[in-house]
Amino acid sequence: MTSTSASEPMESRGLMKVITASSVGTLIEWYDFYIYGAMSVIIAKQFFPQDNPTAAFLAALATFAAGFVVRPFGALVFGRIGDVIGRKYTFLLTLLLMGGSTFAIGLIPGYASIGIWAPVLILLLRFVQGLALGGEYGGAATYVAEHSPVGRRGYFTAYIQTTATLGFFLSLGVILTTRKTVGVEAFNDWGWRIPFIVSIFLIAVSVYIRLKMAESPLFAKIKKEGKVSANPLKESFANKRNLKMVLLALFAAVMGQGVVWYTGQFYAQTFIERTMSVEFEQVRYLLCFSILAATPFFLVFGAWSDKIGRKTIMLAGMLLAIVTYRPIYKMMYSYSDVKAKTEIAENGSRGVAVAVAANGDSTITTTSVAVYTDGSTLKTVKKEVKLADASKPAAKPETTKTLWLSSAGFWMIAFLVFIQILYVTMVYGPIAAFLVELFPTRIRYTSMSLPYHIGNGIFGGLTPFIATRLFDASKTSENPGGDPYVGLWYPIIIAGVCFVIGLLYLPNKNDEDVND
Amino acid sequence: MNSLKRLSGFIWIALGVAAVFMMARQAGTEISAAITANKAVLDTKMFWYIIIPIFSPIMAGLCLFGWYAWKGEYDVIARDSEHLV
Repeated sequence: MTSTSASEPMESRGLMKVITASSVGTLIEWYDFYIYGAMSVIIAKQFFPQDNPTAAFLAALATFAAGFVVRPFGALVFGRIGDVIGRKYTFLLTLLLMGGSTFAIGLIPGYASIGIWAPVLILLLRFVQGLALGGEYGGAATYVAEHSPVGRRGYFTAYIQTTATLGFFLSLGVILTTRKTVGVEAFNDWGWRIPFIVSIFLIAVSVYIRLKMAESPLFAKIKKEGKVSANPLKESFANKRNLKMVLLALFAAVMGQGVVWYTGQFYAQTFIERTMSVEFEQVRYLLCFSILAATPFFLVFGAWSDKIGRKTIMLAGMLLAIVTYRPIYKMMYSYSDVKAKTEIAENGSRGVAVAVAANGDSTITTTSVAVYTDGSTLKTVKKEVKLADASKPAAKPETTKTLWLSSAGFWMIAFLVFIQILYVTMVYGPIAAFLVELFPTRIRYTSMSLPYHIGNGIFGGLTPFIATRLFDASKTSENPGGDPYVGLWYPIIIAGVCFVIGLLYLPNKNDEDVND
Repeated sequence: MNSLKRLSGFIWIALGVAAVFMMARQAGTEISAAITANKAVLDTKMFWYIIIPIFSPIMAGLCLFGWYAWKGEYDVIARDSEHLV
């Protein structure tokens, strides 16, 4: 089939404008989505008091439902609008919804001021965020792909693929800068609102840019010819010939891509922070370095997929992840394993503080600092409450560990995270072009958005949660420390199944013509 | 190759059914253990009340994928997306 004028390559200046306009908006949407997750602990304290079971229920719902369940629904709602009304107005709408809800989260009074309305409002706004994100990505990827010249679609859509990682980077940067500027105490009290409020300015700029854009040439063409789908949902999912491609996209590519992405970028963070107990700022700094170093590879693998095929690169990324995750995590963990370290006894310290409350209960806080020959430092704080009324059951002592890595340890872990993000760039770089090429223009937005958000939102998004839960479940009375690597079985198994399905069923040839 | 594609369709169907069965069994075990120990009951219920309704339809999709594979629907993948609709 020959390309028509609608698919003629744009001038590179015009194409870069399209990419910039699409990418900036998508990046800001990811930023908005991630800052909630990055500050979920502070938000939980402000809005979801743990002594109120309803509020605690809403907290869990806000974290999971909005992030994972609502995204595929957003894909259906906005995918349909995008295939009926057009790409441009749909992803303008998702941008406004995301920005508006993020800004509003920054303004909502806490539980102490308005009671149960606070968590209810947060939950509603988080739902809107999830819906908007579900609609955004498909629009941006489709829009860029439909402007891209034949043979370079992988490269140009890879710019959209960088936005998820850069949005995460931006959220880390804004949070760290705000925390440094206002101080930790003020940040936990009110400063956390700043990254949410800042979003409105970013959104305003992005809306201004997007308003100046024209509709996708392919969509404009089918609209002019009267070929726009009347019911994209029915055509996408009630038509066997298309439904089987939706299932193929999900189980042969996106499912594995989702777990590799969320393991490299998010479970790595959870593992370093929770399992290895590395200090808050060190974790964020090493992530920032790894992300910055790995991001250009989205473009490298996107461009390479134009030459050797999407399947080869995506499946290679999955296979590397499956084979090397356990050695990588073992190596990372070795930097926090104090049993294998030699302590410099004379450099350590230990202190005990006792505070007595008005009711006679006393809190004994024991702080010990251990310095090791490799340059790392471990601070252990143990809080024990002795009740004045000895007949009451005593609470379990609370122990908090914080590890400061040595310079060599810091850079080695940053490198190991970089490797994991490199796998992300392999599986995620070509995925937009792969999905766009799988579906026809009239139902492309709807058809590609659903598998994308099930694969990434559900299979991928649940990775840190399921992996951490597996780790917690491995703690027994015989092994109270648990198996730190057991959580990796979830991404390894999911990526393994996806790899086999992809190897068997996916063609490696790229569809050169998306003008249908 | 096509025979392998078709035969493995049965594996995907079995995998989908087994995953739902294992999730339901694990949920029952964990929730009753949490209730007996009176520990983290809300957290345990919440986890499974979210996981099972989310993953069950997806596993149904995996079974459908397996069915299509078994029936030879993936023997030839359409190169022209116009022929999908």
